[in-house]
Amino acid sequence: MSAAVVVTRQPGSSIATKVFIYGLLLAFAALYLLPLFVMVVTSFKTLDEIRDGNMLALPQNPTVEPWMSAWGQSCVGLTCAGIKGYFWNSISMVVPAVAISTLLGAMNGYVLTKWRFPGHKWVFGLMLFACFIPFQAVLIPMARILGILGLADSTAGLVFVHVVYGLGFTTLFFRNYYEAFPNELIRAAQIDGASFFQIFRRILLPSSGPIIVVTVIFQFTNIWNDFLFGASFTSGGNAPMTVALNNLVNTSTGVREYNVHMAAAMIAALPTLLVYVLAGRYFVRGLMAGAVKG
Amino acid sequence: MAFLEIAGLRKRYGAVEILKGIDLTLDRGGFLVLVGPSGCGKSTLLNTIAGLEAISEGTISIGGDVVNDLHPSKRDIAMVFQSYALYPNMNVGQNMAFGMEMRGVPKEERDLAVAEVAKMLQIEHLLTRKPGQLSGGQRQRVAMGRALVRKPRVFLFDEPLSNLDAKLRVDMRTEIKRLHQKTGATIVYVTHDQIEAMTLATKIAVLKDGELQQVGTPAEIYNRPSNLFVADFMGSPAMNLIEAKVTNGGARKVLSLARPGAHPLHLPLAGELASAAIEADQDVILGVRPEAITDRDGADRNARHVELLDCQVEVVEPAGADTYVVTHLGGKEVVARMRADAEVQPGQTVPFAFNLEKAILFDPATGRRL
Amino acid sequence: MTSTVVAPLATRRRPGARVVARLQESLPKLVLAPSFAAILVFVYGFILWTVYLSFTRSRLLPVYELVGFDAYERLWSQPNWWKAIQNLGVFGSLYIGICLALGLLLAIFLDQKIRGEGVLRPIYLYPMALSFIVTGTAWKWFLNPGLGLEKTMHAWGLEWFKFDWLVNPDMAIYTVVIAGVWQASGFCMAMFLAGLRGIDGEIMKAAQIDGASTFALYRRIVIPLLRPVFLSAFIVLAHMAIKSYDLVIALTGGGPGNATELPSTFMYSYTFTRNQMAVGAASAVIMLMTICAIIVPYLYSELREKN
Repeated sequence: MSAAVVVTRQPGSSIATKVFIYGLLLAFAALYLLPLFVMVVTSFKTLDEIRDGNMLALPQNPTVEPWMSAWGQSCVGLTCAGIKGYFWNSISMVVPAVAISTLLGAMNGYVLTKWRFPGHKWVFGLMLFACFIPFQAVLIPMARILGILGLADSTAGLVFVHVVYGLGFTTLFFRNYYEAFPNELIRAAQIDGASFFQIFRRILLPSSGPIIVVTVIFQFTNIWNDFLFGASFTSGGNAPMTVALNNLVNTSTGVREYNVHMAAAMIAALPTLLVYVLAGRYFVRGLMAGAVKG
Repeated sequence: MAFLEIAGLRKRYGAVEILKGIDLTLDRGGFLVLVGPSGCGKSTLLNTIAGLEAISEGTISIGGDVVNDLHPSKRDIAMVFQSYALYPNMNVGQNMAFGMEMRGVPKEERDLAVAEVAKMLQIEHLLTRKPGQLSGGQRQRVAMGRALVRKPRVFLFDEPLSNLDAKLRVDMRTEIKRLHQKTGATIVYVTHDQIEAMTLATKIAVLKDGELQQVGTPAEIYNRPSNLFVADFMGSPAMNLIEAKVTNGGARKVLSLARPGAHPLHLPLAGELASAAIEADQDVILGVRPEAITDRDGADRNARHVELLDCQVEVVEPAGADTYVVTHLGGKEVVARMRADAEVQPGQTVPFAFNLEKAILFDPATGRRL
Repeated sequence: MTSTVVAPLATRRRPGARVVARLQESLPKLVLAPSFAAILVFVYGFILWTVYLSFTRSRLLPVYELVGFDAYERLWSQPNWWKAIQNLGVFGSLYIGICLALGLLLAIFLDQKIRGEGVLRPIYLYPMALSFIVTGTAWKWFLNPGLGLEKTMHAWGLEWFKFDWLVNPDMAIYTVVIAGVWQASGFCMAMFLAGLRGIDGEIMKAAQIDGASTFALYRRIVIPLLRPVFLSAFIVLAHMAIKSYDLVIALTGGGPGNATELPSTFMYSYTFTRNQMAVGAASAVIMLMTICAIIVPYLYSELREKN
């Protein structure tokens, strides 16, 4: 079904409208691509070219020097070892955080839909609301607790933080998905003698492919792109990629190496962009599911 | 001249021809039903009459005016949809008045027209409600009201009763018929339900794969189907179509129907069958409706050519008002409709009364009636 | 015949059987408990902690002696805070308004049976996949006075073009709007497109027969039908606007001066760099209350509807 008005008769005006529509859409597409284009192009230029030339122009003498420099030599804060360390920090933070929060979300969704108990609506409501709080409201206490637990300024600490604050969303996704899963299958399995975990592992999980992909992509994108938690709870060597990028770009000592900055930004953006290009459909589903009611 | 005329209409989607040369006429005040299986093109045909889809060839005229190139809103038609298509954000009154609003009719006139139609359909109490608050039957009435208010030259109905439950469907069917009689409107109605077609139409057009199979009155379509498809499609339970062979039974030709485990049954070529153009040794298909095969006492006394022949009973299905009895002829199951208290048991061989006045012959190769 | 999980075997007299059975019954709740407890503690507990702190005199480290509304008074007497609120108002309304309008426009156009939709749609959406830091960095470069857009326009002969918004205290907030809209309008478009696709095609046909012009069609029928989408999109955008931190930091750093201060940047700087923890906590509480005022009625009506 489409809301489009059927085009009948008057071939002349309909061609004109088609041209207008395509023109507008393409113009906007160009606008949307422009910043990315500029970033990419700038990251392959030399500093001289940047200063003298037009930001939209293609590089005359393309060089991967800025990328190498960004990766291995650029100065983030006081150390000048490039952003590769921070890149790995992000990876070692994201992978466990996504895995754990997804698994927990799946189990929570399972319990909330197939093993209902009195008050389950309240429990879900409270967990759902937790998705929406501004994280500023929990920064201070979390900083204290991480310090007390000895997790301050560590990747493990960030994993913990992201898991806790990702639970709301992952539970929401799985809960909505399992809600639509027929209860009769669970009953049949119970009659066959399957236990709580067996039902989950043998019946629900195998059918959960789509929602797992959606949740993983959503969590991956959000956690990789996070800045606030990274900036608040780590500093120096253990910071994630986003924090390092910001430090790199906003240090005002010496010459501003715009090409290196752009290269670093591209490196930071590539993982999520790659995921988006490969699995964009699921990315959109995650966005919409997060926006639609619980 | 007919009120609605469709001549040589063809519609193509790229290389595929959806409607293959349709010629139809309908007099003013007539009720034309387009009937056929899914995918036969009936809804597409209706859409082209409405102007919602373009045609590749041919003309459509309403009241003498060629309307091919006119926008739907300029053809003076109104349409009732399967899903009612009521505007959810407006109340019933606004829904009915919307078309007039778009045409610039002043408010007092609009309100008057809406009130008049609402009274006729008995939906006055619903005027301020929104579609979401109405039942299926009420929504259907509102959809009809929206069409009536327009006072169009032709009403178009696109399977309007398909979304209703069985009982409601029967009630609404009667209402539509009553409305037709009262207003004398010219109606084109699409359905896949052949009972609706038979009860509502003054003229039926049977379609298959974009081609007209037969156009005629309900009686013509029912009693003298022009090909196998129409014979099979219309009527419930379906017409028995039995393979037979024309043989020489002495002086006259007879129809030979194979029977399992017995000599072939011989039917004389009397009644309707006598006028068929056939030769000896020709393979034919005998078409006879279940109600034309009964038990001896149930046969029509006024029929002039009833043959009593013994057949073996295979299945007996008591259905309350009748009993359906199944036997095997010509290699196929044949259903007979006997009286409710006919004494028949499976396995018995009893006389079956064939009313040959209602029997027809078809050519197996072309499917056409002989 | 296998026994079901549910019924405990009361007939057997093994001592631990009852306990095991009871444990099995409460297994679902046990599985859910850690997550629920975590949320109770680390979300709601922490919120209460922050609220508590906002009533203390904490500076660099938390102090737990209650002093009433002291921090709030100090908060509302800060010109920075007023600037932040004002900026939020400007940014928020422009961000939400333009995103909704642009998203709707693009969705309506894309819905017109366009070829190449599969290519165009991802192009409008990809900015959502980027970190706000990356977005801020890209736009900071793009709008760089002297080396960015301005220079390009000059190179094209438009010498009069001046674009120093990024360093102009009065206009800097609008650069945040531009970058924000670029990032989020694709999301609005996706939501509206899904909404448009959900509209019954027969309603469109009926409206055509009724003689509605394209304009009337969209204004009187389509857009009112999209009201739930407007609401959902509004909620998400408002939420993102209030939380906006990364974008501002990367794009303008809150500057020039305080020109692009937002409640989120205010909270961070007052808590972690200016050592005014209580004031920072108070600002966080205000942010929370604002979000609650928007989210809670929405969530309540949505959850209640499902009954």
